[in-house]
Amino acid sequence: MIEIANIIIVLFIILGAFFHLIAALGVLRLPDVYTRNHAASKAATLGVLCILLATFFYFYFHESEFNTRVLLCIVFMFLTAPVAGHLLGRAAYHHGVKMEGSKVDEYEEYIKVKKSNEPKKYEAYKKKLEKNL
Amino acid sequence: MAVQILLNVCLGFMWMFLTTTYDLVAFIKGYFFGLLILFVFRNFFSSRFYLYRVYAVVKLLFIFIKELILANIAVVKIVLTPKLHNTPGIFAYPTRLEKDWEITTLSNLITLTPGTLVVDISEDKKILFVHAVDMNDVQDEIEAIQTSFEKAIMEVSRK
Repeated sequence: MIEIANIIIVLFIILGAFFHLIAALGVLRLPDVYTRNHAASKAATLGVLCILLATFFYFYFHESEFNTRVLLCIVFMFLTAPVAGHLLGRAAYHHGVKMEGSKVDEYEEYIKVKKSNEPKKYEAYKKKLEKNL
Repeated sequence: MAVQILLNVCLGFMWMFLTTTYDLVAFIKGYFFGLLILFVFRNFFSSRFYLYRVYAVVKLLFIFIKELILANIAVVKIVLTPKLHNTPGIFAYPTRLEKDWEITTLSNLITLTPGTLVVDISEDKKILFVHAVDMNDVQDEIEAIQTSFEKAIMEVSRK
């Protein structure tokens, strides 16, 4: 029983470390803020999750201590990481950071339409979008 | 939904008082019988029998976890390929959801799906702006996934 638990713990730690490594590599390798954001916000979340789960299992099986704080931490990570990614991307866009090699940018159009402050233009823009889909 | 759960808890306590045994087992028994009673009287409530909604929430949770794992596999693939040949871009996605919490949940789910990240939500809360890592092949697939997300969220909020 304790052997199986050890295998699970080691597996989770290795997986977590691997995902952190991937997140770091992604931040180094990818060309612009937005794609880096993808790598960091996703891989780091799952990495932290795996390591926290390993911690939880270690204390549960070896010290038989049911640590709810670790589980709460997992829930908070789940809830906050995507929001942080969203806000970083948004802040970068509004500071005029360019995307590397992009073709499509429908957000730029939206900002233009919004700044013109004409509801008619906005309606036309929305209709155009619905045709696209 | 909240009213039904509260009523069910009250029925559990009622069972404890009727049998004059005050422990957890008695409460669970009472809760179970109260559940049956609520199921029989489900037509008298304005919303659905609440277990359906609990089931929908659990399903949404599993979708969340599955998508997180899939997204990470996709990230690993993108990062570890020797040559980067993706074309990023931002596309607009009109949503049918209306309440704030639904839109928040949808954008969180989209952020955790493979290759997409929500950049902004339009002021009238009708359009989501999503940054995609690869615009070429992913888009149709993304649309399919997101309609399934929307369905799952609507299943939770349906009356």
